Amino acid sequence: MISEVPVLNVLLARWHQGHRTIAYPKGTPVLPDRLRGRPVLGPSPCPADCQACVEVCPTDAIELKNGRPRIDLNRCLFCPECERACPKATLRFTPEHRLAASSRDALVVDGGEYILAKTLDRKIRRIYGRSLKLRQVSAGGCNACEADVNVLTTVVFDLGRFGIQFVASPRHADGLLITGPVTENMRLALIKTYEAVPPPRVVIAVGACALSGGPFRDHPEVHNGAGGLLPIDLYIPGCPPHPLTILDGMLRLLGRIEKDG
Amino acid sequence: MSTQKPLILHNAQCSRRNDIPRLALSEFRTRILAGTTAGMRMAALFGEGPGGGRPVILHVLLADDQAGSLEWLATEVEGGYPSLTPDCAQAHWFERELAEQWAIKPEGHPWLKPLRFHRAYRDKPDVWGRKGEKPPEPSVANFFGMEGREAHEVAVGPVHAGIIEPGHFRFQCHGEQVFHLEISLGYQHRGVERALIGGPGRRTLFLMETAAGDTTIGHATAYCQAAEALSGCRVPARAQVLRAIALELERLANHTGDLGALAGDVGYLPTASYCGRIRGDFLNMTALLCGSRFGRGWIRPGGISFNVDADRVRQLEERLIQARRDVTSAVTLLWDTSSVRARFENAGVLPAALCQQLGLVGVAARASGIERDVRREFPFGLYRFAQIPVSTYPTGNVYARAYVRWLEIQRSLTFIQEQLRTIPAGSVETRPGPFKPDAAVVSMTEGWRGEICHVAITDSQGRIACYKIVDPSFHNWMGLAMALRDQQISDFPLCNKSFNLSYCGHDL
Repeated sequence: MISEVPVLNVLLARWHQGHRTIAYPKGTPVLPDRLRGRPVLGPSPCPADCQACVEVCPTDAIELKNGRPRIDLNRCLFCPECERACPKATLRFTPEHRLAASSRDALVVDGGEYILAKTLDRKIRRIYGRSLKLRQVSAGGCNACEADVNVLTTVVFDLGRFGIQFVASPRHADGLLITGPVTENMRLALIKTYEAVPPPRVVIAVGACALSGGPFRDHPEVHNGAGGLLPIDLYIPGCPPHPLTILDGMLRLLGRIEKDG
Repeated sequence: MSTQKPLILHNAQCSRRNDIPRLALSEFRTRILAGTTAGMRMAALFGEGPGGGRPVILHVLLADDQAGSLEWLATEVEGGYPSLTPDCAQAHWFERELAEQWAIKPEGHPWLKPLRFHRAYRDKPDVWGRKGEKPPEPSVANFFGMEGREAHEVAVGPVHAGIIEPGHFRFQCHGEQVFHLEISLGYQHRGVERALIGGPGRRTLFLMETAAGDTTIGHATAYCQAAEALSGCRVPARAQVLRAIALELERLANHTGDLGALAGDVGYLPTASYCGRIRGDFLNMTALLCGSRFGRGWIRPGGISFNVDADRVRQLEERLIQARRDVTSAVTLLWDTSSVRARFENAGVLPAALCQQLGLVGVAARASGIERDVRREFPFGLYRFAQIPVSTYPTGNVYARAYVRWLEIQRSLTFIQEQLRTIPAGSVETRPGPFKPDAAVVSMTEGWRGEICHVAITDSQGRIACYKIVDPSFHNWMGLAMALRDQQISDFPLCNKSFNLSYCGHDL
């Protein structure tokens, strides 16, 4: 439908495009069945001496403990290599998007309980629980994590309704959201940006690179993530994480989602 | 030496490395200058370090768009050589890269400064006398200056206002008017090319996918084509079709996102808002097929990881029909709104002659009326059998770069829909063998930003001895700098977005 009157076209387009904001966290949209979210270990035992998953992992995220795989999600690229290599379908990815954690050590899949991110302590939550302004710093990121952070500001996720906003200056910010393995060439800029944020500061690390260096781990040009340089409050794994994974993590940090189920 | 046979290659055609003619330096220069004067383009110019204190080998790939072939020449350089840049502006960025990586000096280069700010690959002082005891500091170098009453300099970055990658921009201004913009990058340098040496290894494919993460399919496909040529492996037809669909979905998502962002930069919020969402719809189509919105883990040497069944094809077809309606409704508003047109038309003009001189590629070149598209000139994979018309627009301004994107969105949609109707049956994967020893290949794809060029050379064991990645941004950053001349500084975000170049793809 196209009208001769331009303003009517604006209204027709508005009507056509409809209301697209998802109900999250009240309802979760249907995620792709092939989405590689949280990996799980099936009940079938690994064949003796099988190293198939360990051998194909590009970032050495998998080790064998007592004959079972143990996956470090700090390093995991959520690529399909281990799942494809596993002869018994012991190791497989699920579309479970909830992955964010409060510490590096929690980011482990070994068959035990997976502990999701905790809420900030009450004092800080009182300050930021309803209004959190973040400065994003890309420190060697490949623009995939950046893009899927950016998408949270679209009408689909509408980050603003949770009081979370990305701001243009660290002076206006309550914290940082960091992507990338922290290249040597961004180290100083990252630290200066951090110092320019007035305390108390919240630091969120997004993606395998910011958590561990990702595919660039141990390159002399990078610092294997932000953890060695700054204190991190929220770890969001993925390469890149699904936007809902990032949103879920932030909402948990602010105490807007508390249940695990 | 002129008796040496030239090495003429097609896209992704494997050759023996001994067939690359090793010319005397003077002939190397003469042939490059003659070729570029006659209209060939510099697709790549790079060094290879043979180690053991031997001289650096300089390689050049000259693209002949008319013939659809590439000419490969090489020479040896020890300390320096007469720069090509004064006679061939396309070499400007490449020669700065050579100087920084290999500590060889292009004598007489008009603006020889580092590109990425890292230590030289060779164990000797670099051309700026840095010995490598401490890492060079990013953007610590000379910049163009301007003096006079009311002349002033504006410095921006590396950390910018939005959620974008880091880079440093210096504007020489008189009031609002920009006389010159100088772009200083390297903040994203994470050692990608160096880490590829000795491969292929477990990480190789993932370094390709993240060379420029928004171009995962483009770079992964370029690498896989090179790997398949080096191992003599044939990709099943069904996989070729799905690869082309993946590449066009990547183009759709990014072009749609760019049109939304351009609308946002002129304050036209309806299109900004709708396109931001529709971009996600295209990303979700890629996720429907392979599980990742960016196509991670999908393209692999020998084929693809995830096949599609009839039900998935049907779902994709339904979503494409809806997405075409949505994106048409959102984008046509731009062309119907005079305030948007006025801003788009009056900003960032890049004349075709300048585009040719700088060797620009992709949307930026096509928006200056230049017909340049790897899918047509150097067809690869499915594009050898199914063509997409090249979309151009003559005016070279922000409007043209926006409009070319819109033309390409429509053509990509039609292309995918046609391909889905005739998708061949069969497997989607073969197992490639090891790389041939002492082999050489150049592989190109047309990513959504433009020409992606990968060059690989193997050693006597079939390992990667040298791997060069040329992201389209490498050619085009200078184009953005030139488009800003004589513009208002307040139009920088709009001009910048109209190019939307990659920082990480450049910095590697």
